[in-house]
Amino acid sequence: MAGYKPVAIQTYPLLGEKITQDTLYWNNYKTPVQIKEFGAVSKVDFSSQPPYNYAVTASSRIHIYGRYSQEPIKTFSRFKDTAYCATFRQDGRLLVAGSEDGGVQLFDISGRAPLRQFEGHTKAVHTVDFTADKYHVVSGADDYTVKLWDIPNSKEILTFKEHSDYVRCGCASKLNPDLFITGSYDHTVKMFDARTNKSVLSVEHGQPVESVLLFPSGGLLVSAGGRYVKVWDMLKGGQLLVSLKNHHKTVTCLCLSSSGQRLLSGSLDRKVKVYSTTSYKVVHSFDYAASILSLALAHEDETIVVGMTNGILSVKHRKSEAKKESLPRRRRPAYRTFIKGKNYTKQRDDILINRPTKKHLELYDRDLKHFRISKALDRVLEPTCAIKTPEITVSIIKELNRRGVLANALAGRDEKEISRVLNFLIRNLSQPRFAPVLINAAEIIIDIYLPVIGQSPVVDKKFLLLQGLVEKEIDYQRELLETLGMMDMLFATMRGKEGTSVLEHTSDGFPENKKIES
Amino acid sequence: MVEEENIRVVRCGGSELNFRRAVFSADSKYIFCVSGDFVKVYSTATEECVHILHGHRNLVTGIQLNPNNHLQLYSCSLDGTIKLWDYIDGILIKTFIVGCKLHALFTVAQAEDSVFVTVNKEKPDIFQLVSVKLPKSSSQEVEAKELSIVLDYINQSPKCIAFGNEGVYVAAVRDFYLSVYFFKKKTTSRFTLSSSRNKKHAKNNFTCVACHPKEDCIASGHMDGKIRLWRNFYDEKKYTYTCLHWHHDMVMDLAFSVTGSSLLSGGRESVLVEWRDATEKNKEFLPRLGATIEHISVSPAGDLFCTSHSDNKIMIIHRNLEASAVIQGLVKDRSIFTGLMIDPRTKALVLNGKPGHLQFYSLQSDKQLYNLDIMQQEYINDYGLIQIELTKAAFGCFGNWLATVEQRQEKETELELQMKLWMYSKKTQGFILNTKIHMPHEDCITALCFCNAEKSEQPTLVTASKDGYFKVWILTDDSDIYKKAVGWTCDFVGSYHKYQATNCCFSEDGSLLAVSFEEIVTLWDSETWELKCTFCQRAGKIRHLCFGRLTCSKYLLGATENGILSCWNLLSCALEWSAKLNVRVMEPDPNSENIAAISQPSVGSDLFVFKPSEPRPLYIQKGISREEVQWGVFVPRDVPESFTSEAYQWLNRSQFYFLTKSQSLLTFSTKSPEEKLTPTSKQLLAEESLPTTPFYFILGKHRQQQDEKLNETSENELVQLPLTENIPAISELLHTPAHVLPSAVFLCSMFVNSLLLSKETKSAEEIPKDVDMEEEKESENSDEENDFTEKIQDTNNTDLGEDVIHQLSKSEEKELRKFRKIDYSWIAAL
Repeated sequence: MAGYKPVAIQTYPLLGEKITQDTLYWNNYKTPVQIKEFGAVSKVDFSSQPPYNYAVTASSRIHIYGRYSQEPIKTFSRFKDTAYCATFRQDGRLLVAGSEDGGVQLFDISGRAPLRQFEGHTKAVHTVDFTADKYHVVSGADDYTVKLWDIPNSKEILTFKEHSDYVRCGCASKLNPDLFITGSYDHTVKMFDARTNKSVLSVEHGQPVESVLLFPSGGLLVSAGGRYVKVWDMLKGGQLLVSLKNHHKTVTCLCLSSSGQRLLSGSLDRKVKVYSTTSYKVVHSFDYAASILSLALAHEDETIVVGMTNGILSVKHRKSEAKKESLPRRRRPAYRTFIKGKNYTKQRDDILINRPTKKHLELYDRDLKHFRISKALDRVLEPTCAIKTPEITVSIIKELNRRGVLANALAGRDEKEISRVLNFLIRNLSQPRFAPVLINAAEIIIDIYLPVIGQSPVVDKKFLLLQGLVEKEIDYQRELLETLGMMDMLFATMRGKEGTSVLEHTSDGFPENKKIES
Repeated sequence: MVEEENIRVVRCGGSELNFRRAVFSADSKYIFCVSGDFVKVYSTATEECVHILHGHRNLVTGIQLNPNNHLQLYSCSLDGTIKLWDYIDGILIKTFIVGCKLHALFTVAQAEDSVFVTVNKEKPDIFQLVSVKLPKSSSQEVEAKELSIVLDYINQSPKCIAFGNEGVYVAAVRDFYLSVYFFKKKTTSRFTLSSSRNKKHAKNNFTCVACHPKEDCIASGHMDGKIRLWRNFYDEKKYTYTCLHWHHDMVMDLAFSVTGSSLLSGGRESVLVEWRDATEKNKEFLPRLGATIEHISVSPAGDLFCTSHSDNKIMIIHRNLEASAVIQGLVKDRSIFTGLMIDPRTKALVLNGKPGHLQFYSLQSDKQLYNLDIMQQEYINDYGLIQIELTKAAFGCFGNWLATVEQRQEKETELELQMKLWMYSKKTQGFILNTKIHMPHEDCITALCFCNAEKSEQPTLVTASKDGYFKVWILTDDSDIYKKAVGWTCDFVGSYHKYQATNCCFSEDGSLLAVSFEEIVTLWDSETWELKCTFCQRAGKIRHLCFGRLTCSKYLLGATENGILSCWNLLSCALEWSAKLNVRVMEPDPNSENIAAISQPSVGSDLFVFKPSEPRPLYIQKGISREEVQWGVFVPRDVPESFTSEAYQWLNRSQFYFLTKSQSLLTFSTKSPEEKLTPTSKQLLAEESLPTTPFYFILGKHRQQQDEKLNETSENELVQLPLTENIPAISELLHTPAHVLPSAVFLCSMFVNSLLLSKETKSAEEIPKDVDMEEEKESENSDEENDFTEKIQDTNNTDLGEDVIHQLSKSEEKELRKFRKIDYSWIAAL
């Protein structure tokens, strides 16, 4: 004694990307702003202080962009050769950069000339960073050395010569002023302590290390090199936590989302992948036009800036959410309507009658419930339903056929209505998933309207179109069968000795099409 | 230790409930329905079967309340007797022997000492309505041979006869005419439908008839869905009728409400229609009752209706058209495709139920436990519609998974196929749909089996199909960081020379899979899905395939359509033995090595029980059923029996049930029929005041025990405390609101007095004993002596306590009264 059971709509697996919270979040950006730089963009760094400007290192220049500006608001161009790794200090007032000639220069954001110049490296300095106490700078260079500089008197404090190849990346701990990490082309990532003047930890990445990243807590270290991104647990003495191989070219840059929940990696394969930092599964991925060299996220993930080898800087801003709020809200019933009668206590003679819960039914279900079959069919043949969700239309046709009333529902239609049905058939007849149901419907239509054919040129044209479609489909099927025969022959010769043939997914389950004559 | 008797085939449960109209008791507390050779008494409030009235020796064909005593029930049967029952206690009062087959029973209040029955005399399809005079006699069995014919040439079905307007006339319909017999005038009027005279294939045959309880109005139902209301039928020329038309198919039954204000009708649409004031406009519907309405009946009190349905169900419906209870038997009106299965959890029998449902049926209590909706689609019941059929089902992994296959084939080429996998949810205690696979195969699925090995870590399912492939489905984890999901996917597709796959079966440990392709049996390794070996006997298509179990697990059995039963040894890959046996059903016992095979020689069915290790059967029983046996199943026993005789040992741990073509469920039993029939509900005696809910049984039992205990103690002490409920003073005291009561001082004496008066006898005896003698010592000693003698007298005949009082002289009474007045001190001790 159940109620009306709604028509089961056949669902088909959605092709393409699944819609998840992450895809919604990461797709909620405007179309990217493209800025052309002079050369490959090797580094993008956001200031951690408002107004969240960002420094872009490309060729021999460093440009500083404001959040929404397309033109640089400041340019440092006093480099003789290529500049590398322009990095803001935590307070956003100083900027340090390395260069191809081995110099490290410190700039004031408001000034133009370098404030300090640290000379000591003999080869290109690819990585520089401020330590957590803001008064020191760490630099790594192609001369295999890592140096620690003092800002006030611009002197070298320490030199580490533990790497055996180019030092190309590094970062300083955000918590401990004495700890910093460098990655090198000798496949190792080393952690140095300024108090001990030698490395305290070394992990073997396995490939030349292109980028390293420390989690804000300092407990986890991420290294990228080759096609791998590896996560190391520092508190367990550098134990490998997980090794990710999701790119198919070298991973060049790493970045954490502002919440720390997601890790982003950019690669030469022109993709940025977003990982969950709890499961280390890829939850989203962006495509770019060229190989990616640098990547940065603004405060609160407001902006994604990606620098590429072709000198294009792609800036994506998050869509503002204020627009949705501006829509006029529908007036809801007042609060007192909801609490009305809620505090009524049952008297002795009262009989409590619960209001029966009403199940929501779709409009076509409501029609079917009342056996208004033609109306139900009309409803699902309306363009909004028939084009957007053809599976609903097909399910209703199938249900009508199951009830044995499909012919009744299709009969007695005028030119406009029948052409609507025919349009739907023409559009969907050749789809394998709908074909069995629609072929049956087409046969019924032909049976019903054969006597009146020739009275309407519009409908006649549609019938001819349908005929052409069916003929095309039959040819196609024949070709498919021929191919299948050929493949069977090949399989048979391949395993002639075995007594069995194991077939996997030979055809897509397309039933043989029947010839429809009209 | 069970006494060894011959094993007999017995019918077990699943009897028809919808054979005749159900009858309500006068107070609507009970409903009676015929069920095979019995009459069942159900409680309308709890759906519980209260009594089974057994005594008839053949099919019971009619029941009616005794119009002169509403606590009695008449029943008639094909064995030629009318029996009178006391349904409250379930006792047979009287048997009237008529002597010929009785097909229907009617009672009329005006005809006090006679009932009406339908009998057939000469030709098989000519029936007569006769009145039987029931002689008044005190003996248990009375011959009632005094028959007088009322109407001749009538329809067999009781739906086609109705008594109207307090028994003034009787209306009967057959084919195209309505005959009315007036008892006073002793004349018959006959009305023929006009359209039927010339048209040979007119569809307006009469199907049923009902009479208005107060007015002269007859309602008749017709094949074409029309209902006609006949009036003025006293005159054969001036009669009129009006037509009511809503049903689009045959009207199955009609009933007037008690007052006659509304007419109920039902048919194949499974909609109960209530016509108010006999007008076409005023009608109410109760839709989606599940199956064709066969009968409608109305309770004499007028508050309930009930409908009997073709799916062996009785629905009790309130006056306001709300279903209040469902009494569901084993659903049997459709062919069984799924076969018999046992749910490993509930040990219930599982088979096709309502359209699109799987029914779980308890064999112990002969009751349907629940229906699992597999199709989840609106059921349209119409003649000639091709419905989706639930064709295969299987349980796996100890009842954790259920696989079902449904198909609908309209034409040769158009096949709809769907496989569903259901997971048992502990939270909801039911099956939840997990995976739906559209078109798992290109053609019909012929077999479905789970790998039920204990150590298998991954649930595995195999389907075999006519398209020549068998597919292996496994459960895979599909969860990602957003959701947890497990689903079934296809793991392997196998075939053998494009032969149709007909059967599949896993070995007990799950290491081997046997799939039969027409005449050939193939064995596959379940780890790698490699073909291991093939057996071919060239003796026809394989119909059944099963592995031996336990010690016989090295054997594989196959039965072919040409009547050969073969047993292969898997170790030597050779034929061990074969026998000529046309096996219809082959079922392995899950608890032992035994295998039951039912063969079908030219007539009847024979049962063979054997072990695969030896070709000699353990047990043979010929002629277990006259008709074809379609399905069989072993049901594990809860408590193992201990038959010592070798021939019966196969029944020790399991019971074998089988289903014949006419869908009667049979089993083997050694118990005598009386023992077998003892219903578990026998103890559940009906009590007048309370509805018999399970909760009540617990409480009632508890209370009964308490009562008994009380009785015991009171008997021992010889002191009967007064029942407080019976004393007006106390009830007044308790039921008056406290704020209007006078102060306790006033009430006290009244209260105490009331207590004393009520136990006059006892106090009279005991006072002399208990009273403090110090005060009374001065008074006459002789009195005391007197009292003692009285006491002795009393103990001698306690029953006559009151008489003793009367025997006391007036002076003595006075003395006693005096005692009573001063006799308050003992109260304090209470």
